[in-house]
Amino acid sequence: MAVMEYIDAIRLAIKEEMEKDESVFVLGEDVGVKGGVFTTTKGLLEQFGEERVMDTPLAESAIAGVAIGAAMVGMKPIAEMQYSDFMLPATNQIISEAAKIRYRSNNDWSCPVVVRAPIGGGIFGGLYHSQCPESIFFGTPGLKIVAPFTAYDAKGLLKAAIQDPDPVLFFENKKCYKMIQGDVPLDDYTVPIGEANLLREGADITVIGYSMPLHFCMQAAEELEKEEGITSHILDLRTLQPLDRDSIIEAVRKTGKVLIVHEDNKTGGVGAEVAAIISEECLFDLDAPIMRCCSPDVPAMPISPPMEKFYMLSKDKVKEAMRTLAIY
Amino acid sequence: MSENQKLTDVVMPQLAESLVSATIAKWLKQPGDKVEQYEPICEVITDKVNAEIPSTIDGVMSELIAEEGQNVAVGEVICRMAAAGQTAAPVVNQQAQEVPASAPTGASGDQSMRSRYSPAVQSLAAEHGVNLNAVQGTGMGGRITRKDLLAFVENGGAASQPQNTEVQGNQAAQSPFRDLPHANPAVTPEQYISKPPAPERNSGLHMTETPKIPPIEVERGGERETLIDVTPLRNAIATNMRQSVSEIPHAWTMVEVDVTNLVLLRNKLKDEFKRREGYNLTYLAFFLKAVVNAIKDYPIMNSVWAVNKIIVKRDINISLAVGTEDSVMTPVIQRADQKNIAGLAREIEELATKTRQGKLKLEDMQGGTFTVNNTGSFGSILSYPIINYPQAAILTFESIVKRPVVINDMIAVRSMANICLSLDHRILDGVICGRFLQRVKENIEAYTLDTKVY
Repeated sequence: MAVMEYIDAIRLAIKEEMEKDESVFVLGEDVGVKGGVFTTTKGLLEQFGEERVMDTPLAESAIAGVAIGAAMVGMKPIAEMQYSDFMLPATNQIISEAAKIRYRSNNDWSCPVVVRAPIGGGIFGGLYHSQCPESIFFGTPGLKIVAPFTAYDAKGLLKAAIQDPDPVLFFENKKCYKMIQGDVPLDDYTVPIGEANLLREGADITVIGYSMPLHFCMQAAEELEKEEGITSHILDLRTLQPLDRDSIIEAVRKTGKVLIVHEDNKTGGVGAEVAAIISEECLFDLDAPIMRCCSPDVPAMPISPPMEKFYMLSKDKVKEAMRTLAIY
Repeated sequence: MSENQKLTDVVMPQLAESLVSATIAKWLKQPGDKVEQYEPICEVITDKVNAEIPSTIDGVMSELIAEEGQNVAVGEVICRMAAAGQTAAPVVNQQAQEVPASAPTGASGDQSMRSRYSPAVQSLAAEHGVNLNAVQGTGMGGRITRKDLLAFVENGGAASQPQNTEVQGNQAAQSPFRDLPHANPAVTPEQYISKPPAPERNSGLHMTETPKIPPIEVERGGERETLIDVTPLRNAIATNMRQSVSEIPHAWTMVEVDVTNLVLLRNKLKDEFKRREGYNLTYLAFFLKAVVNAIKDYPIMNSVWAVNKIIVKRDINISLAVGTEDSVMTPVIQRADQKNIAGLAREIEELATKTRQGKLKLEDMQGGTFTVNNTGSFGSILSYPIINYPQAAILTFESIVKRPVVINDMIAVRSMANICLSLDHRILDGVICGRFLQRVKENIEAYTLDTKVY
């Protein structure tokens, strides 16, 4: 066990899997010599050589396409999209090829590719470096999508994603890279894809979320309990697709009051689907309207710092939403 | 408060797995009528059978939603009923309305949400028999939260336990059937009163009967044609026939059988049999036994075409074509190979009676693997039957007629009958069917005066 940063946990997961399995390799923009713009792949080129840590042209469609092709013939590529914002040229490869190849070939072919992409704002990155594109891919059958918020989950889920026989999108939160530290076992463990994780038990409200905003939720829950005696039941979805319906339903039944939190904007986000599941399954358990606390429906993350602050979720925003729900 | 009485929606049940809708034939209960649990409330027609829908509760019919003749999808509401004793049970709405008059004394401030109950609160209140009027609300606008209710229940505030079990117990005690050995709540009193069974014909065509004419609707008066409504049953027959003819390449063959010995055997046994068993020993039972034994020797007759495979069925379930005045049904004798001649005669009798009384159930209609039609019963000497899709073959028994026949170069008067077979030529060919029919013929001609029916 060691305390490490979220980004180190990701690097460790890649390193362990590459040491273990010769067919695992990394490709992406600046992943080799530079070691990634965030240093996620630092040191891998020196250890594994340029045939397994490949610098690519600035062409995301090609990165995804090459990775998908390699995966179909038995390799286990980890394709890095430098920012998830840049991922859109690759959506055709990911949605129309990777997601469908097993189905289209009647199970003859599979595509064990991992596409890593950093999501989220709060780094003064402006509109090209801050987006949360999960709702673009969410709802595409054939894709698995994971979004860890702790260092432990980051390593465990990335290893599970690399070992998974089907395409997995690994959305790592770039604000978490250095901000989040945690205990990470140095042994070979995985976090199962498709299982949500109960972070905290409580009796007043249920909070469901994923990725970075969960840190706000946890802080807010602690403060609310201390200051006002409001206890929160907090569920980390961890895997966005397939959603862990049973855990969602169980968590909702615990309190009957639900707040869904994510950084992606509200309309058509993952929370909309979670809310739909709850209204389908839990009508008679609900004690309050289902609430969502998400980013506003504006076209892009503003570059101006006050505006970015307005756009981004924060502990205070989440706390206010949680309190409102608790006293309903 | 009657408008607040809780009405129970009655929905169209799923009468069979494949069924998506059914037609209301007739309402047996009108609004205001008292209805006992399990009492039929309406008759429905489906593609396969006619059935009665029993009431699920004791109560009063309140509102008919589906009309007679209307086709209703499974799961749609057909009527609403008021449950008996509803007024005695705690009615949540009632308390809700009384709240403004007798608001809890301790309440203060904004009470605008005091009588707005969430689904969770209502569910829990019903579950624990809680009078919501007595619960203090701590939520926004004085709303009772789920937590308020749970705390109330935990502190022993629940007014009373649900009384359902007690009520059921009382009902059981009052039941007139409680001492009967077969006391079965699904049986209505009427069914215990033995009624003399209406005489039903079971075979043959009775020329004395006037055929029932289907409902005729005359449109555009004065024109020289009438329009007959296609019933669901007629439609099902039409669909099945067309599917069979268009999908299955039919071929046809016939053999002639000498049934003289069988006629003698049956004449010897039939009166005694009728006296002992109470039903007729028909030729069909002997024929069926002969067919079933032949199928055992040629199991390919008992199969289904599945495009890249032929599925041979192990159980021999004989579909029996039974005609009524305006339709034909094919109820099934399950595992006919396990039955002797008397047993088959009994099955024939039962299925034919059920068919003509319109009491066939879905399970009577399912699982057939080979069809037999007693076309001789209406005087036919030759017929070209359409296969009962998706089976592989269908066989008919034609009329028994006395004919001069040459035996050993001598002319004799013998009772003769034709047996016709239509076959799916994708599965079966002439040689195998010829052998099969010869085996049926041998089996029938092998009956002697010593043959046992038990």
